[in-house]
This record gives sequence, structure tokens and C-alpha cells, in this order.
Amino acid sequence: MSAAELNTVPSATSFSHVRLPRLAPLMVIVPALAFGALLTLLLSWNWVACPILAFVLTIIALPSWSLVVENRRAATNRLVTCLVWGAILVALVPLVWVLAQTVVKGAPELSGSFLTHDMTQHLDPVTFKMLPGAGVAHALVGTLLITLGAAVISVPIGLMTAIYLVEYGRGKRVARWITLLVDVMTGIPSIVAGLFAAALFTLIFGIGTHSGIMGSIALSLLMIPTVVRSAEEMMRLVPMDLREASYALGVPKWRTIVKVVIPTSLGGIITGVTLAISRVIGETAPLLVAVGSLDVMNHNLFSGRMQTLPVYILTEYKKSTPQDYDLAWAGALLLIIIVMILNLLARVVGKIFAPKTGR
Amino acid sequence: MKLTTEKAPDRASTGFGSGTRFGLGDRVFSGMALGAGLVILVALAAVFVFLLVQGQDGFHADPKLYAPAASNFVSYAAKLLFGTVLAAVIAMVIAVPFAIGVALFISHYAPRRLAVPVAYLVDLLAAVPSVVFGLWGGRTLAHELQPLQAWLGDHLGWLPFFSGQVSSTGRTILVAGVVLAIMILPITTAICREVFQQTPRLHEEAALALGATRWEMIRYAVFPHSRSGIVAGVMLGLGRALGETMAVTMVLSAGGPLVTWHLITSDNPATIASNIASQFNGENVGIQSVLLGTGLVLFVFTFAVNFIARAVVTRAERKLA
Repeated sequence: MSAAELNTVPSATSFSHVRLPRLAPLMVIVPALAFGALLTLLLSWNWVACPILAFVLTIIALPSWSLVVENRRAATNRLVTCLVWGAILVALVPLVWVLAQTVVKGAPELSGSFLTHDMTQHLDPVTFKMLPGAGVAHALVGTLLITLGAAVISVPIGLMTAIYLVEYGRGKRVARWITLLVDVMTGIPSIVAGLFAAALFTLIFGIGTHSGIMGSIALSLLMIPTVVRSAEEMMRLVPMDLREASYALGVPKWRTIVKVVIPTSLGGIITGVTLAISRVIGETAPLLVAVGSLDVMNHNLFSGRMQTLPVYILTEYKKSTPQDYDLAWAGALLLIIIVMILNLLARVVGKIFAPKTGR
Repeated sequence: MKLTTEKAPDRASTGFGSGTRFGLGDRVFSGMALGAGLVILVALAAVFVFLLVQGQDGFHADPKLYAPAASNFVSYAAKLLFGTVLAAVIAMVIAVPFAIGVALFISHYAPRRLAVPVAYLVDLLAAVPSVVFGLWGGRTLAHELQPLQAWLGDHLGWLPFFSGQVSSTGRTILVAGVVLAIMILPITTAICREVFQQTPRLHEEAALALGATRWEMIRYAVFPHSRSGIVAGVMLGLGRALGETMAVTMVLSAGGPLVTWHLITSDNPATIASNIASQFNGENVGIQSVLLGTGLVLFVFTFAVNFIARAVVTRAERKLA
């Protein structure tokens, strides 16, 4: 399939010129791979050399062949096709590599004890020895609380802003400004959001203040634009007819919004909010600056440092011992699992609440 | 989006549902909606004001705080800005060709059955948290790329970029740039893909009917149409690369404000964001105000980049409409 696609050159050249056989790319790639593998084995190079060598051979051989048999334009076309396929293959390497590495390194450490302990020393009930702390419970609780706080702040603000933009602000100058600044807000560096929270609380409570709520405020600054954009987009999709039907029944505008517009677009809004949460839950820099890090459990969002999962990974990474690297990988695996679950959830919810099109 | 606003006439606010007709409930609700919008304006202004108020002491602080790299704020911030731009430029040089290639693949090359899953996989790359990329970059990628960097130092050492003593750990600004490139690939790809897909079908078919090959069709029909979109995608990617913290902090073990063109040595320039992340200390007023000052510089810089990018997009949209 792919080889056939690769070969279809939508051109009129076939009327007057000779063309390469349909399977030409395959006829080049397979020998190139074989040659690469052979050379790699013979010279006992790293296996990475094989695909690289095969790729280089292909981008030399296929256009040259085309140049000889077809013409220069067709050869250029084949070269670009090879490069585009090469780009996509290379681009997928980091994704697979990161995920595989995290699973391989993190999975052995991920256990019940890892999930239920914090980093304080504890007594082994069997051997009566003090064990060094190796757990993530405090970070997990901190992440959930702080992210929940961020959601509580940003969902109402984001939703109401979207309502203003869609329902009340049409064509007004304020609405144009808000739209522009929401766009700009998506580009705020995350660490600046953290610095803002730190500066705000330093000004009010004095230097050295740390609390979970500061992290929530920093994260909500990053979350609001995403919520506004997705909610706005979804509400614009609600057909005018629905609103007009409601107005025709004498329903006030605000009741129409609450009872007609929001329920119709609910699926999309929940999807957007979930995706926004999955984006901010992995943010490290703002939490590092605003909340700091802590080795023990802290349930109180309003007082003292708290540990969060991303900062936990960073702290363990910085300790630079083999055990701590293992803990960092396990934390990374846990974080990826949480993010993936949220992404999956967003899709499922979007499907469930999707407005019914038929009758 | 522009299209929808223009197509749908503003019947709601002129017709029966208008706010003035139904008194209190409506007035309260619309007031709340406007209030929420204003909160966003205020928040953005507050970011600027608070950074300025808290960071202004950092503009002329005790010279010891800037040591050893600099003696005043301007040179301190300028050196950090150099590192920030350097890392971002490395990332852009690597990421942009790939982003355009991947976007072309999804929009014009891939068989339909492949295009959707590939687009999803590239988006998945954006879902991986930055701290995981940092961990992977610092522990795995730096180690794996060390031989390559040694090779570059041996064979291309006459280039200023690859001269100097090659780092034995591999944790260099070059690797940080590679990790940054991976992180900005999804956003640049997404925007390029969107503008490529908006090329008028008729232009493409006309090019093909004149006997153009697929590449010629892309070059003469797709690229001219999407030039400003590509610029916008690149600028947005740049904005993200400038502000990204964790990848650089975790790949570069240590580093300070430094101006150097050597990409593969152990002396690496820190970026504004990575410098804040590694130096920030909530208890020390002096260093905190200096870092807040550099944070303000970063904020203004990225704000400008993003603003220009958005302006380009808006202008392109207007031209098309």
C-alpha cells in the first residue's frame, strides 16, 4: 500500500516519457536495507547505522535512477518524497524512545509501597531495619490538590469569559482585546507564571512564603487560555436556531445560555477542560518556584511547601544516585500514565456527550 | 473562526433575547461574564506589574549578586538572553525542516489511512510532560549522543561551533537544543499542517493538470499560499522554545550566564528560564529580585515574539478572507 502510494507521481509525464516501475521505491529500499544490515554486521557497527545507511543509499539511488530513466523534474520529486518520508520516520523516533525508556526504567520501581509511602525513613516490619524513603504518595497528593485548586480557579473564569465572548461581546472592543490577550496568554512561559505567584505572595505575606495555593494560581494562569479557547469554540458551534427557539418561548437570555447553550456544548467543554488539566499537571517550573519541594506529606493547600509529581522527578534527578534515578523514572512513568489517562478520558467524554445528530 | 463570526448575523443581541428586556437576572449574568473577561485582562497586567514591582530592585542590586559572570544587570541579563536565544535557535534549526516535512506528510503525502494516526502520534508528543523530556534528555539522550559529539569535535572541530574540549558527559547546549526541538515539533507541525490543508483544491488541481509533479505542485501552489502560516508556526514554536525551562535545566548540569559559540563543551550558557529554575531561592530577597528582573525580560521578549506571530496570522487571515 505504502509503496504504491509512494510511487504515484500525479503528473502527465507518463503520456510521453518512460517511467520507473510502480514498485521502484521498494526495489531500492529493500536492497539498501539489506546492504546496510550486511555492512553493519560485517564491520560490527552500532545497529543504528543500518537504517541511516539504508536511508542515505535510498536518497542517492532512487533519484539517480529516476534521473537516468525519467527526467530531472521527476528525480527532484522522488528526492523530496524520500525526504518527507524520512522526516516522519525520524520524528516518531523520540516519541517511541521516550515512552519505551520510561516504561523500561520506571516499571520495576512502580509498586504498592512506592505509591503509599513518602520520602521519610520508615521501619521495615520484618527485618526491623530503617529503610530510606522511597515513595511518591506525598507528591501524588500534592499534585492532585494543586491541580484541583487550579481547575477550581480557572474553570469558572474561563467558562464565563467564553460566554461573554460568544454571547455578549460580539463585535465589541473589549471582546477583541480579551481574545487577543487570551491568545498571547497561551504563550506565557510557564516559569513566568510561577514567578508571578511568588512575587504576588511575597508582596502580601513577605519573603519566603510557600504554599500549594500559590502553585494553583500559577497553574490557573496557564490553564485559563486553554479553557477559554475550547469553550468558546464549542459554544460557537451551537446552532443559532436553538437559541432562537428558546427566545421565542420567552426565556431570558441567561436562562437560554444555562439551559440550552451550555448543555449542548457540554461534551466539548468537558473535553477541553480535561485536556487543559492534562497539560498543566505536568508543569514543573512554576511549581518549583512557587511551591518548592518537600519530602513528607502535606495535605494543607494553604500553608507550607508541598511536593508535586513533576518536582519530585526533578528532586530525585538532582540527587544523582542510582536509586534516586530509579525513583525519578518511576515518577516519570506515573506522570505519563496520569496524563495519558486524562487524554483518554477527554476523548471518551467527548464521545459520550457529543450532541446527537440524528433523531 | 473569522468566517463563522461574519456568517452568523448578530440576531441574539438585537432580537427578543436582548439583555435589557428581561431585567435583573440577565444583567447580573452578563455582568459576571464581562467580569470574568476583565479578570483575565487584570491578571495579565498584574503579571507585568508584580514582576516589575518586585524585580526592579534587581536592576541595580549589589554587584556581588551578578558575579562571577557580570557586574551589572544589563550584562547579566544580556548574557542570559544570549543563551536563551542560542538554545532556541538550535532548536528551530533542527525542528523547522522536520515540522514542515511532517506537516507535508500528513497533508499531502500520507495515504489517508496513515495520516490520521500519524497526526495523533505527533500530538501525543505534545502531551509528554517537559520534566520527562528533561529526564530522558539528561540521562539517556546526552549519553547516547556523546559519541556523535566526539565525532563532530574530531572532524568538524575547525568550525567555531564544534571547537573546544568535547564534554565527556554529553550534557551540552547542543543536546538541550535537540530536546527543545522535539518539544516544539508538535505545535509548529500542527499550524503548518492546518495551513497546508487550507490550500484551495483548485490551485492544486490546476498545477497538476499543467503537468506539475507532486513536489512542483507543493512548491508553486501550497507554499506560496501558506507562507505566512509557516512563519506564524515557526514564531509560536520559537516563543515556546524561549520559555521552556525543564529540558534545558536538566540537560545542562551546571551553567551560568555565558557567551560562547562552542556547542559541545562542558561550559554551557544558561538560559533565562533555566537560570531561574536553578538559582531560585525563596528566602533570599536579593537573588530573588534579580531573578524576577530577568523573568520580566523573558516575559517581555516572549510577549513580543508571540504578539508578532499572532499579528502575522491575523494579517494572513484578513488577506484570505
